[in-house]
Amino acid sequence: MAVPVLAILIIPFLKVKGKGIVLFAAIVLNAFLSGSLALQTLSGQFLEFSFAGSLVTGPVNLRMDALSGWFILIINFVFITGSFYGLFYMKAYQKQVNNLTLHSIVFVLLHTALICLCAIQNSLVFLIAWEIMALSAFFAVIFEHEKMATLSAGINYLIQSHVSIVFLMLGFIWVALKTGSYDFNSLTAYTTQYPGASGLVLFLFFFIGFSIKAGFVPFHTWLPYAHPAAPAHISGIMSGVIIKIGIFGMLRMITLIKTDYYTIGLVIIAFSVISGLYGVMLAILQHNLKKLLAYHSIENIGIIGMGIGIGCIGLGTGNYLLASLGFAGGLLHTLNHALFKSLLFFTAGNVYHATHTLHIDHLGGLIKKMPQTALLFLIAAIAICGIPPFNGFISEFIIYSGFYYWMQGSLIGPLMTIIFSVLALVLIGGLALLCFTKAFGIVFLGNPRQKFDHEVKEVPFSQLLPLYLIAFLIVFIGVFPQFFMNVLSQPVNLLAGLPTILDMPFPEKTAKLLQPVTWGTWIFILIGLTVFGLRKLVMQNRKASVEPTWGCGYIAPTVKLQYTAGSFVRPYSKLFRPFLLSSKTQKEVEGIFPSGGSYETHIYDRIEKYLVDNPIAAYKAFLGRFLFLQNGKLQFYILYGIIFIVSVICVPLFYDQIVLFIDFIKQI
Amino acid sequence: MLSLILILIAAAFFTGVIIRVKSISSGRKGPGIFQPLFDVARLFKKGVVYSETTSFVFQIAPTIYFSSVVMAMLVVPFGQSKGILSFDGDFIFFAYILALGKFFSIISAMDTGSSFEGMGASREALYSMFAEPAFFILMGSLALLTGHTSFQEMFAALHIGSYISYALAILGTFVLMMIAMVENSRMPIDDPKTHLELTMVHEVMILDNSGFDLGLILTAGYLKFAIYGALVVNLFIGVFPYHYSIPMFFVIQFVLASGVGFIESFMARFRMSHNAQFIFVLTSVSLLIFFGALLILGKFV
Repeated sequence: MAVPVLAILIIPFLKVKGKGIVLFAAIVLNAFLSGSLALQTLSGQFLEFSFAGSLVTGPVNLRMDALSGWFILIINFVFITGSFYGLFYMKAYQKQVNNLTLHSIVFVLLHTALICLCAIQNSLVFLIAWEIMALSAFFAVIFEHEKMATLSAGINYLIQSHVSIVFLMLGFIWVALKTGSYDFNSLTAYTTQYPGASGLVLFLFFFIGFSIKAGFVPFHTWLPYAHPAAPAHISGIMSGVIIKIGIFGMLRMITLIKTDYYTIGLVIIAFSVISGLYGVMLAILQHNLKKLLAYHSIENIGIIGMGIGIGCIGLGTGNYLLASLGFAGGLLHTLNHALFKSLLFFTAGNVYHATHTLHIDHLGGLIKKMPQTALLFLIAAIAICGIPPFNGFISEFIIYSGFYYWMQGSLIGPLMTIIFSVLALVLIGGLALLCFTKAFGIVFLGNPRQKFDHEVKEVPFSQLLPLYLIAFLIVFIGVFPQFFMNVLSQPVNLLAGLPTILDMPFPEKTAKLLQPVTWGTWIFILIGLTVFGLRKLVMQNRKASVEPTWGCGYIAPTVKLQYTAGSFVRPYSKLFRPFLLSSKTQKEVEGIFPSGGSYETHIYDRIEKYLVDNPIAAYKAFLGRFLFLQNGKLQFYILYGIIFIVSVICVPLFYDQIVLFIDFIKQI
Repeated sequence: MLSLILILIAAAFFTGVIIRVKSISSGRKGPGIFQPLFDVARLFKKGVVYSETTSFVFQIAPTIYFSSVVMAMLVVPFGQSKGILSFDGDFIFFAYILALGKFFSIISAMDTGSSFEGMGASREALYSMFAEPAFFILMGSLALLTGHTSFQEMFAALHIGSYISYALAILGTFVLMMIAMVENSRMPIDDPKTHLELTMVHEVMILDNSGFDLGLILTAGYLKFAIYGALVVNLFIGVFPYHYSIPMFFVIQFVLASGVGFIESFMARFRMSHNAQFIFVLTSVSLLIFFGALLILGKFV
C-alpha cells in the first residue's frame, strides 16, 4: 500500500523521464508484492488479513484465494508489459508535462485499485475501490482530452460505469439490510438462509452490474468508444484486464451466492452467445483498427462467458467434471484474451505511431516497413481466431470439450442449448477468421494505399520488447498447455466446489484432455518444419525471379485497384444486412465527362440505437417540455424559490389531510 | 497407420478420376488417371516467380497450408483402426488445423495486392465460415448418437440398423461431400476450369504461386479430397472386417470421384451471390441429422 502512495507523491516533482522510471518501478514493486502473495494462493493456500476498519464499514477483511491469485497475476503481467510499452509510446507526448503527471498517477492508482478489488471482501470498501478504479480508468482514457471525440467517449464510459455501480450497490445494500453486515460472507449466509428466487434475483443484480464492466451485449455500448479513444497501452490494459474485473466479480459472486446454478448457467450462456456473435459481427465492418479490436473484446467476453456458463451448469447438476471443464476453459481464455488482445492493441499503437492513422483503408503494405510489428500482429491474430498452435485454440478446445461432454445423457432442452451454442462458437471462429484476415491483409499486406508525408518506420526495439514477451507466452501456452492447466487447478477446484487441498490435481479426464492436443501441435510443427526445410533444399538450385503481380493482362495497375477492407467484407455485409445498421452515401460516376464519384459507409450499432440512443432521445424530449421553467429570467427563479420555501413550510401543516387523502384514494 | 496409407493411395487417383470422367462425358479420351501427379512432379522441378509486392507471408503460406492438410490427414481413422493420432475431440482439432491453412492461404492471396486475388480471398473466407458449422453439428450428432467424441470411437460405434440411420448416413454423406466441394472449390460452388478470373474462388487465389509452392498447394488439394472421401467411407464401414472394408474404401472413393466428375460435366456453377445461402443450407441439413439422432435415441418427449 505504501508503494503507490509514495509513487503518487513523488511523480509530480520529477522530470518527464523520472516520472516514467518511478512509474515503472512502482508498478513492478506493486506487482512483485501482490504477485508473491498470489503465487502462494495458487498453490492452494488461503490468506486472510483483517483490519479494524471504521464504525461505518465494520471490520475490513482481505481474503485471497486461488481465484484472486489468478486474476492478480494476469493484472500484474498486463500492467508490467503495458507500462513498459507506455514509457515509449508516450514519448510522442513528452511536452505535455502536467498531463503526463496526471496520467502516471492514475496509472498507479488504477493498478492498485484493480489488485485491491481482487482481495477486498467488504462491500463498502469494495465499492470505494471500484469507484477509484472507474475514475482512474476514466482519467487514463481521456489523456488526449483536447479531442472532442476522446472526451465524449470518456464521459460515455464514466456514466455507464456509474450505472454499473448502481446495480452493485443495490445488491450489496439488499444483503446488508437483511444481514446487517458488509462482509462478503454475509452473501453466502443470506442466500443459504433464504434459498430460492431471492438468491437468483440478487445474482442478476450483480450480473448486470458486472456485465456492464465486462461488456456483455447489450451492456457493451461504452466499450467501442472508450477503447479507441485511449492511448494504446491503456486500450491494451482496458481490454486485457479492466473488463476482466467484471468477469472476476461474476466468478466471485458464483463462489459466494448459493442459489440455483443451473438457471444462472443458462442465463450466462444465453448472454454469452449473443455477445460473442454480435461482437464479431460488428467487428468485421469497422474501419478503425482499434474499434475493430474493441468489438472483438466483446466477442471474447462472450467466449469466456460460455465457459463460465458451462461451469455453472456443472455446479447446478452436480457434475464436477463438467464444472471443471467449463471454468478451466473460461479462466484460461481470460488469460489468453488478456495476452493476445493487449498484444493486438500494442501493435495497433505501433501502427498509429508510425503512420498517425488507424483508418484501415488508408494503410497497406506495412509489413515491408514494419516487419516485426507485422509478425507480432500476425501471431496475435491467429491466436485470437482460436487456431492452433497458439493459445486461443487451447481454451476454445476446452470449452468445446465442455459442450460435447455436457451432451452425453442430456435431455432435449439442454441439447438444443448445446447445439446452438456450438453453432455460435463455430460461427464466431469463422467470422473472426474473416475479420482478422481482413485486418492483417489490408493493414500489413499489399501496397501502401496512401502516401504519408513522413517516413514510416519500425518502432525501436525496446518498445517491441514487452510485445515479444507477450508473444512468447502466447506460443508457450499453445505448445505447453499442461503447465498452465496445472497452475489453473486450484482456482478451478475452488469454483467447481471441490475441496481446496494443497496441490489438488484435476480430475483424470480434464488433466488428460490436453495431452494429445499437445502431441498434435508438436507433430504439426514438425511437419511444417520438415516441409519448409525440404522446400529450402529444393529451392537452392532453382531460379527465383521477382516480377510484378499478375494483373490478368492489365499492365498498368495502380494501388487503388487493390481490394479494400470494405470490398473484402462486402459479400458478408450484404448477407448480414438485416442484423446491422449501416448507412451509405454515394455519388456515382455518370455522364460522358464524369466528375468525381464517392462512396462512404458508416456502421452503427443497432442495439445501441434502440437501447441507448432512442430512450435518451425520448427522455430528452420529455424533459424538453419543462424547458419553459428555465427561461433565464431572474424574477421567475426567485419565484420558484419562494414557492419551494412556502411548500416546505406548509406540507407539515397539511400532513394529516394528505394522509387522509391518500387513504381515501387507496379505498377507491 | 492403415488410414494414412489408404488415403495416400486414394489421393493419387481421385483427381485423375474426376478429370477422366469429365473428358469421357464430353466425348474426349482425356489424360491418364495419374496425370495430376505428373503435373505436380513437373511443378516441383520448376523455378519460381515471386511478385514484387509480396513478403515472407507469401513464401511460408503454401508450406503451412500443405502441412495443415497433412496434419488433418493424420487424425482421420479407418473404421476400427485409429489414425496416427486419435483423442477425445480430435475432430475439433481437425477442423481448426484446416482453418490455419485457410488463414494462411487467404493472407497469402492478399499479400500480392492484386484485386482478383483479394476477391478470391474474400469469398474463400466467407464460404469456409459458412461450411464449418455444418461439420461441427454433424460431428456433434454423431457424438450424441455414439457417446464418444473422437473420430475413431464415433465411427467404430456407428451401427447402421434402422431406416432412420440409413437416412442419416446418406444425409451425412451429402453434407461431408458438399463440404469437400466447398473446401476444394469444385462445382457447383466454384468452377476451377473457368476462363474468367472474376468468377473463380480458389483458383484466383493462387494466380501468383508458381513452382514448388504451387505443387504443394495442388497436392494439398488432392489430399483434401481423399480425406473427406475417407470420412464418408467411415460412415459406412464401422463393423466390417478389413477384407470387406478395404475394397469398400476404394469403391466408395471411386464412386465419389466419378460423382464429382459427372456433377461437373452436367451442372452449371451456382450464382456467386447465392453461394453463401446454399452453403448455409448444409447447416440446416446437418441440423436435420441432429434431430434424426435425437429421434433414434428417443429424446423427443
